[in-house]
Order: sequence, then structure tokens, then C-alpha cells
Amino acid sequence: MTELDLAGQVVELVRRLGGPGAQAEATVVRSDLALTRFANSFIHQNVGESGVSVRLRLHVDGRTAAGGGSLITQDGLRALVDRTLAAARLGPPDPAWPGLAPSAPTPSAPAFDEATAYADPDDRAERVRAFVAAAGGLTTAGYCRTAHRSAAFANSTGHSASGRTAEAAMDGIARTGGSDGVARRCADRIGDLDGAALGARAAAKARAAADPVELPPGRYEVVLEPAAVADVLENLAFYGFNGKRYAERQSFAEPGVAQFDPAVTLVDDPLRGSGLPFDAEGTPRAAVTLVQAGTTRGVVHDRRTATEVGATSTGHAAPGATTWGPIPHNLCLAAEPGADARASVDTPGAAGAPATAGDLSGAVADVDTAALLAGVRRGLLVSDLWYTRVLDPKTLVITGLTRNGVWLVEDGVVTRSVRDLRFTESYPRVLGPGAVLGVGRHAVRLPDRVDGVWWEAPPLRLASWNFTGGASG
Amino acid sequence: MSEFDAASAAVQAALDAGARYADARVMHRRYESMSARNGDIEELAQDESVGLGVRALVGSSWGFHAVPDLSDAAARDAGRRAARTAAASARVPGPPIELVPGPAAVASWASPCTVDPLGVALSTKGDLLVEATKTIVDHGADHAEGLYQIWDTAKWFVSSEGHRIDQRIRECGGGISATSIGDGETQRRSYPSYRGQYGTTGWELVESLDLAAHAAEIADESRALLTAPLCPAGETDLILGGEQLALQIHESVGHAIELDRILGWEAAFAGTSWLDLAQLGSLRYGSDLMTITIDPTLPGALGSFGFDDEGSPAVKRDAVREGRWVGVLAGRDSASVAGLDYAGSVRADGWARLPMVRMTNVGLEPGPHTLEEIIAATDDGVLMDLNRSWSIDDKRLNFQFGCEVGWEIKKGRRGRLLRNPTYTGIGPHFWRSMDMLSAETVAWGTPNCGKGQPGQVGHTGHPAAPARFRNVRVGVRA
Repeated sequence: MTELDLAGQVVELVRRLGGPGAQAEATVVRSDLALTRFANSFIHQNVGESGVSVRLRLHVDGRTAAGGGSLITQDGLRALVDRTLAAARLGPPDPAWPGLAPSAPTPSAPAFDEATAYADPDDRAERVRAFVAAAGGLTTAGYCRTAHRSAAFANSTGHSASGRTAEAAMDGIARTGGSDGVARRCADRIGDLDGAALGARAAAKARAAADPVELPPGRYEVVLEPAAVADVLENLAFYGFNGKRYAERQSFAEPGVAQFDPAVTLVDDPLRGSGLPFDAEGTPRAAVTLVQAGTTRGVVHDRRTATEVGATSTGHAAPGATTWGPIPHNLCLAAEPGADARASVDTPGAAGAPATAGDLSGAVADVDTAALLAGVRRGLLVSDLWYTRVLDPKTLVITGLTRNGVWLVEDGVVTRSVRDLRFTESYPRVLGPGAVLGVGRHAVRLPDRVDGVWWEAPPLRLASWNFTGGASG
Repeated sequence: MSEFDAASAAVQAALDAGARYADARVMHRRYESMSARNGDIEELAQDESVGLGVRALVGSSWGFHAVPDLSDAAARDAGRRAARTAAASARVPGPPIELVPGPAAVASWASPCTVDPLGVALSTKGDLLVEATKTIVDHGADHAEGLYQIWDTAKWFVSSEGHRIDQRIRECGGGISATSIGDGETQRRSYPSYRGQYGTTGWELVESLDLAAHAAEIADESRALLTAPLCPAGETDLILGGEQLALQIHESVGHAIELDRILGWEAAFAGTSWLDLAQLGSLRYGSDLMTITIDPTLPGALGSFGFDDEGSPAVKRDAVREGRWVGVLAGRDSASVAGLDYAGSVRADGWARLPMVRMTNVGLEPGPHTLEEIIAATDDGVLMDLNRSWSIDDKRLNFQFGCEVGWEIKKGRRGRLLRNPTYTGIGPHFWRSMDMLSAETVAWGTPNCGKGQPGQVGHTGHPAAPARFRNVRVGVRA
């Protein structure tokens, strides 16, 4: 039975058991997820999961409930519908119910790669082997993962949609004993993951990060590599461009206001890679411009938050969004105008545009970053950010640490490795008008902790970053 | 086909496919959560998930495969795939992994539960959240949130060594929060902690919290915080409430003593540990007041169980004894690599995940003081409580925490409310500065501990009581 058959069956069961007035939406997802994990330069955990999930949300007699599970037998589906109907009837009224999504054409899903969807453990292990070998004797750790999801949606209005996605990702570090270097990449095709290139890059970064010195905390100009920029995007997405937080006045976002530097353009673009073409309410997904040349254009919505603020859904409904709010999960920071960012993302090889200059140090692995560093009189090159947490959600003041390499830059040249630093900084402020001194020409797609979520960013040169503590406190 | 039969079939198939050890867990979990906002129910969700996960050891690697199907054919296929996955790891081999010996238990266990949380009427549970959140809004907060969560998990474990264990663990908890929005910032106050207090217990835990009785107080404090003075910046004596100290233990002790981190198995993501096994038994972790135990036998605490997810029985152990580091959280494989003779701290967050080293209940043994005595003995300091933000480096050394609320302490008395209190430090320096510890211990539950790839969410417990730390840097801000 297909996912669409199952979703339709659930909706029909609701109609039969809940009466013609019951409104239902059902999503069924079959998945094959696998991850090959290595540490101390060997594969130590190698896992796979063949899963299925069915999710039902229904609205009956003015009340709403949701349920889900992994049981897709006739008895299992009947039990799901029975208990969700019972929950709805016992629950309190839901006056803010936004209604079901009307029928609408579903856009084409991104190109689907069978080799990625059905990759076997040997495919992943081979990339790990290449990563480890390319690290040249340094200790390595990380993962290679593949994911395949086939999903369908149906609701009581007769609207239905289906699609499938595949994604591959690799994320690894090389370690010298006192320093780490990282390389990570997310792709639509496992064939685009070059374990050797990633391993070589991580190793070069680790070697360049050896023997770090401690710098005093304070404000420094910085060049953030794409992995670090991804953390900025993730936090902006969750706390700022979240329609629920916006409706509750807990977001910094003010549409129509030039809150960012003119160099900043942010677009959430799920169909750019490995995204399903519809959301949990069946709304078609599409690119949404959130910031255009520094001016905030909007936030993302599901049907509930859209109704609350008089907008329309942007296709960002997800399970749990009632609590957490709709969140952009495929946020792209546009590369410098004129650059063909898309081409660089799809270029096989190391994370970041391939280096062509002959004098790049291990710390600076691509010409894009080198170009940004050239203008820095005194500042820091930051590879990655770690354990970032919000002190205040409205101003989006965040504390966290650098990780996987920091370097002092003097007169445009990396001069020495620096120990990790703690920072406490407002993310919107560091991207504010006049604060962005340069944006790289090539965006890199970086994986998140779960498949289907990714961030795309070029390196970024910022005027100031507030480091509030050194490695020793 | 019984759950034990399915698990046995998976184990046998893994052995037939070349595994030298295999185990399997069938899990059936029912989950229910309800959230309320500003006096209305916001979301009610009920999930039911059943599946089987089988783990096969071939050479130096675990292979694991999970399926949402308990048929004999599906179980055997999962066992074969787990072994085949493990075998593929031979492309990048490491030293062979052994398992420390343990008894092949045949047993049943269930967590204590007086009132079945899933048996309580939804209307009763909803009324509780609606009343509390309505009171919060009525008292002037801009947003009120209430939440409860319930997990009812049955699991059946079988290993190729002869384990045959079934357990039923019921967990639940809840809490409320008030948020007030001022000019450019927000202030939040929660009770009993943000997103609640949790345990391996029945609905009696939520009833005992008496959420509605605390709603007005947190609403008032959230508004008062908007105009309270900022927490001063500098070094001072810091008194932490028990809820915040529980998270301090979780982040700067619990994760640091995970043996898989110490061995480098989590280096790429969760990180490593500043601890070196060569110093186990001799390292000075904290002051003499610091005795931390690993205790999955604690009745009702969130990290309690009868057996961990590789069949090791729950046993109480010391992690830090009077300031000296003496123990770790271990699994059978990591203990073998480290030359230790105990395991017992391996769990998975569901049938679809590989069991890994996780905290159980990691907490402080009670001290000799009370909070009032600690305040009375403090001439100049800050009292902070209820976590708002947490951040720590990948070696679990350099931390910075923010709390929802602070109070000025002057000449032994609790004074003005302070907003945006934060403190920062280095783990062992911080713990060595603890000079007063209360006996007012609560086993705080943390239901959102992230670790592993693919990611897993662990449920951990942390007995903690208020304590004082000397000369701590506070008031860090952007």
C-alpha cells in the first residue's frame, strides 16, 4: 500500500467514525535512514532504520487533537483514529482553528537520486575510509549518512500531495592532539560527497590550528567560515523568523525595516535541495525571502500563525509547530551578488570553493575566505561555533564558544592559532546596518542534526564580535 | 508472536549472519503531551510507537538495524541487516571490542506508579493547565505556558548471552512559565522549572507540584524583572538554587564522566572530556563537600530503571567522593576498553536507536546546611535560580549559564531582585570553590538531554540542593 493510500485511508476512517463534519489531515512517511559513524579513525557505530510514521490531526465539534505512531495495520490505523477522536472530544474548544489547506498544485520535488536513497553500508564506509586516509595519520571522527523519505498527505477537503527526497551528508574532524579541524557538507547525491577532499581539508585545518595561544577577550573583527555562519542562520531562523514568536512579539523581526546590512539577503528555500514539496498541513512549499538587501520582508507561517496575524501560510507547518512555531529550516544567506552560488554548492569537492591560489595556509582553505581576510587589519578567523544558547530571545543575545579552529589575522594574513573563546553577542546586531564588511562569493550547504534541515552560507566578514571569555575562563 | 520471540529471532539471525554477540530490544511506547497558552489548550498529542532494534557486534564495530514490525520475517531481516552493517565497518577497522562480563539476567521490573498518568481524564489534565495559565495572564504576564508530558514504555530485551528482561517505565511531569515583554527584552519565570519537573512516577508527581498555586507568583516576578536592576558584573560569592545546580551537575559533571566521551567516541559532535582515565581515583574534582553518585536505583527519579539497555542491573556507584573523581558512566564495551569492571549506564531513546552511554541519576549527596543558613552566612553575593540558558565547551570545562532570576545578597539577607543573571567559570575551579551545601535535596528531572548521531534525547535525574561557590564571575552580557 502506498503512502498516499494509507493517508487517504486514515482520512476516510475519520469521516466514517467522526461524521461528515470531522476535518482531518494525515501524513504518512516511510523512511530509510542510515549513518556510519567513526571515531579514533575507525568505524565504531554503524546504524540503519527502516521506519514508517503516520500523523493525524483532526478537528471535530470545534476541538482539535493530534496523534501519531508507527502502526499501519488496519487495527493500528483504527486505534489511531479512535484515540485521536476521543482526545478531541474530551479536549477544550479551539477557537483559533485555521481550517484545512485547500487543494493546490504541489510543486515538483528536487531531483531524486536513487543511489543516495538506496546507498548501502559499503557506500558510506568507503567515504569514511577516504576521509580517514586523507587525514594523513591524524586521528579522525565523524559520520557519513544517507536518508530517504517517501511521504504523502491527504485531508478532508480532497487535497492530497506526495513526494520523496534523498539526502547525503558527511561531517568529520581531524585531530592533532591539541587542535581539531572540521569539514562538513550536505548534498542531494552521495556521489557528491568526496571523503578524501573533506578529510584533507579537516587535516589541514587541524594542523594549522596546532599550538594555539590565548588571546584576551574583547571585541574583534571576524571572518566566519560557513560552518560558523550556519549557526547564526539557525538561531535567526528559530527565534527571529518564526511566525509564532513574531505574533507573540518575542521576535526581533520588523517587516519593512532595514534591520540588517544591505549585504544581507536571506531566503528560505526548501526545494533547493532534499526538501519535501509540501508541509505538514499540505501547503505547497516555495522559496520565501525573509530579508532582501538588509530589509526584513517577513517571517514564516503555518496556517495557525498566518491566521493570527492576517497573513497566508508560507508552507512551514510541522509536527509540534503549535508549540514551537513554524521555523525556516533551509535558510540560505545569499552570496555576494554576481557570484553563481548555486553552481558552487553543486560542485563536488571540499566544503567551500576549491582553493586555486598557491599560497593559502592550512587555516585558509579556499580563495573565497582568503579574499575576505585580505581586508582584515587585525581580527579572527573562526571555523565553527558550538553550544550556542539564547540569553534573551527578543534581542537574540547568544552565548557560545568557538570550536574546530580560531586564528589571529593581522594585515590580511593568518599569523597564529588561537585557543577557543567564549562569546556573548546579539546575532541581529552583528549583521546590522554597516556591520557586514564582506560576503563570500560561494555558498556552501551544511547539514543539520537531522536530514532535511540544512543551512547554506558563504563566509562572512563582520566588523565586530564580542568575545567575553578566554579558554581559561 | 510475543515480543520476546521477535527479539530472540532477531538475535539469532544476527548470530547466523556472523555476529559474535547480538542483542535486541522491542519497545512499545505511548506518549502524551498537552500544552496550554494563556488559558487555552494549545496542543494535545498522543503517539504510539512499536518496533524492534537489534545490535550486532562484528570485529571492532556495532551494526544496528531497527524496524517498526515485530513479525518473524521482519525481525530476522533486521538481525541480518545489523550484522551486515557491522561487517561493512571492516573497511575502516579498529581494535576488536570486548564486553565486560555481567550476569545474564532473567527478570521483570516496573517503575513505581500510584496514579496511572494515561488513565487520568484528559479534561482533568487540561483543566489543570488552563487554570494555571489563565491565572498567570490575569496577573499581568504577556504569555503563559503550561505543559505536561507522559511516557509509558514497555520493553523486552534479549541477548545472545541469555538475557531476557522485560521492564515497564512510566514517566511524567509538567510545569508552567510566565513571560513578560518589555522594551526590547523579555523576562521569564517558571515553576518548578522551565518545561517542568519530571520523574519515573505516576500522575501523583504533577499533582504534588500544585501548579495553580504558584501561577500568580511567577507572573508577578516576570513583570517585576522587567524593571529590576541588572545583575552586577564582577566576581562575587554565588549561591545557586537546587534547580540550577542540577543543570550545573548535568553539564559539568554528568557529561564529563561519560566514558564514551573520555575515550573519544563522541569527539566529532558531543565532544570529549577534560578528564583523563589515568587520573581516575586521584584527581581533585571539587571541594570535600562534593560527593556525586550515579544512582539509577533512586525511586521515582527520572533516570531510574531496573536494568539498562544492555541488561546490566541498576547499581548505585560513586562518581566523585569528597571531591575526588572515582567513577564513570560506562557501558560494557567502553568499560572493557578502559579496563574497568562495571557498566550499567547504557540506554537508547527508542527502539530505533543504538544504545549508548547516558546519564542515569547523577547528583549531589546532601550537605550539612540549609539555604537560609547559606544566605545568612553570605556577606556580599548573588543568589540565582532556574535555568534560562546553558552553554559549555566540548571538553565540559568552560561554562556560562544564565538564570531566570537573581537576588542580591547583602549582609546575610536576601535583597533586591536582579535581572539577566549569568555566571561563568571553569568546571573544576568552580566545584573546588563550593564551601556550603544544603541538605534540601530534590531529584530534578531533565527530559531533554541531547547526544549521539543520529540524535537521541535522554531522560536524566539530578539530585541537587542549594550551594554556595566563592569568587565566581557573574553578570556577563553582550
